[in-house]
Amino acid sequence: MITLENINKTFRVARRSAGFSQAVRSLFLREYEAVHALRDVSFTVGDGEMVGYIGPNGAGKSSTIKVMSGILTPDSGRCDIDGLTPWKDRTDHVRRIGVVFGQRSQLWWDVPVADSFELIRDIYGVGHADFARTLDELVETLDLAQIVRTPARQLSLGQRMRCEIAASLLHNPAILFLDEPTIGLDAVSKIAVRQFIKKRCREYGTTVILTTHDMQDIEALADRILLIGKGQILLDGTLDDLKKRASAVRTITVEYCAGSFSPLLGLTQQSALDGRAVFAVDTSVLSVSRAIAHLSAGAEITDLSVAGASAEEMVVSLYEEFAI
Amino acid sequence: MRLYLRYFAIHVKSQMQHKASFFLTILGQFLGAFSAFLGIYFMFTRFNQVEGFTYSEVLLCFATVLMAFSLAECFFRGFDAFSSMISNGEFDRILVRPRGIVFQVLASKVELTRLGRLLQSVLVFAYAIPASGVPWQMDKVVTLLLMILCGTAVFSGLFLIYAGLCFFTTEGLEVLNIFTDGGREFGRYPFVVYGKPVLLFFTFVVPLALFQYYPFLYLIGRSQNPLYMLLPLASLGFLLPCYALWRIGLRHYRSTGS
Repeated sequence: MITLENINKTFRVARRSAGFSQAVRSLFLREYEAVHALRDVSFTVGDGEMVGYIGPNGAGKSSTIKVMSGILTPDSGRCDIDGLTPWKDRTDHVRRIGVVFGQRSQLWWDVPVADSFELIRDIYGVGHADFARTLDELVETLDLAQIVRTPARQLSLGQRMRCEIAASLLHNPAILFLDEPTIGLDAVSKIAVRQFIKKRCREYGTTVILTTHDMQDIEALADRILLIGKGQILLDGTLDDLKKRASAVRTITVEYCAGSFSPLLGLTQQSALDGRAVFAVDTSVLSVSRAIAHLSAGAEITDLSVAGASAEEMVVSLYEEFAI
Repeated sequence: MRLYLRYFAIHVKSQMQHKASFFLTILGQFLGAFSAFLGIYFMFTRFNQVEGFTYSEVLLCFATVLMAFSLAECFFRGFDAFSSMISNGEFDRILVRPRGIVFQVLASKVELTRLGRLLQSVLVFAYAIPASGVPWQMDKVVTLLLMILCGTAVFSGLFLIYAGLCFFTTEGLEVLNIFTDGGREFGRYPFVVYGKPVLLFFTFVVPLALFQYYPFLYLIGRSQNPLYMLLPLASLGFLLPCYALWRIGLRHYRSTGS
């Protein structure tokens, strides 16, 4: 059980304008600006939950992860993770968590991945029998057999990320923090990583908190979404809640060869040119499927697309709504 | 300790991956230290004595400081390279591992290429120990060992200060190299040759003289005061403020990047 209550964190950031003279000036006269990375962040996450943590760059996602993993000490507020406070009970706490930073490696660069795994085993003091069992399982499910003998620097990004995830799970943590685990991966690797995380969470009851910019990650993985902007939690709910909050207007683009369209309540034609028409559908009045049925009754439609329905676009409209 | 050896093994493996670079760096380190040795050599071809110290006595002093420094650099390199550990996020990783922080920083970098300097100091010792005319009884041997070990500790303390300040500046402060690299360079000669103010500074502020000068006097028989023999131990007290600064820095730590 993870509980955060009114966590605040402020950074002092040095500011100066561009240019050489300003750089020289700042050498003697520094202007600082307080940046509120986190403002009264509160939420709870139950055991075995999978939570997607989203928000634009600089919103405070990584700071929250760092507070929960004991890297940062907040200015004020309470954080209780299974009875421990991360920055006070650091060693006891980190034994129970796994952390993956998508942009940073935890593997030793010049040695085969298997050597890194063994050192991690010794750092966490995992018994040899347990380690062998966990490793076998991870090697099999993450398909690492071919790559554990390769030095980390020679791995592709996708291969490396699978190794990073394995490295974070060698001590069987109860909680897994994933900070942008699919960043820069190709479609195949992304799907492999997602499937693995999902399976792991289901089989072991591991609590997973992941930050991402990839809405497909969220759709595939998260039962619950936390939206953060400018250091504040703006939304806490399921993907469906998010959908409801998002704008109700969908855009339908159709290409047709014959016929014409009659008007209908909730359906507004925005343009029509050379057999291509764009309609706005207000889904609070008219469902998208009814609109499509109506349109196809009037004309011979050759192609059709609906925009504004993907998670990606919903998030954009939410960012706009909250002005973050 | 076993875990340290595991880390050590990884570093050896890593550095063996780049064999050519490894041996060339060792050679470079050796030659760099050798030029310092030549400096002393040429000095003494001109003058027979410096402040009453003979050539082989100065070499003994030089080798002690060089060995202490290269041991510190070899094993405490993690603190010396600490600014890069902060800026590339390696330190975040250390914080999420269930081991002591100082231990992990120590273990995260072992610079075997500094063996070049160490080798140099061993060679100089091989010459200076018989040539210095010191009667090598038990007390002298203990004195020399104390000088080397406590010297390593003082240099490590300096690295620790350097690392502690990185928490505030993110970038390292090159100014501190005056005491680390500078200490090594000045330390070729007993500190008294630089005059009283310098000696006092290196006695009470940065206690390099506590392991380099006073016990050295005892070693070569200029002083019979057995207290001088134990002064290196007093220099260990320097580690307390160093560690305190490190702890204060740690509380100010504010990660970087995403």
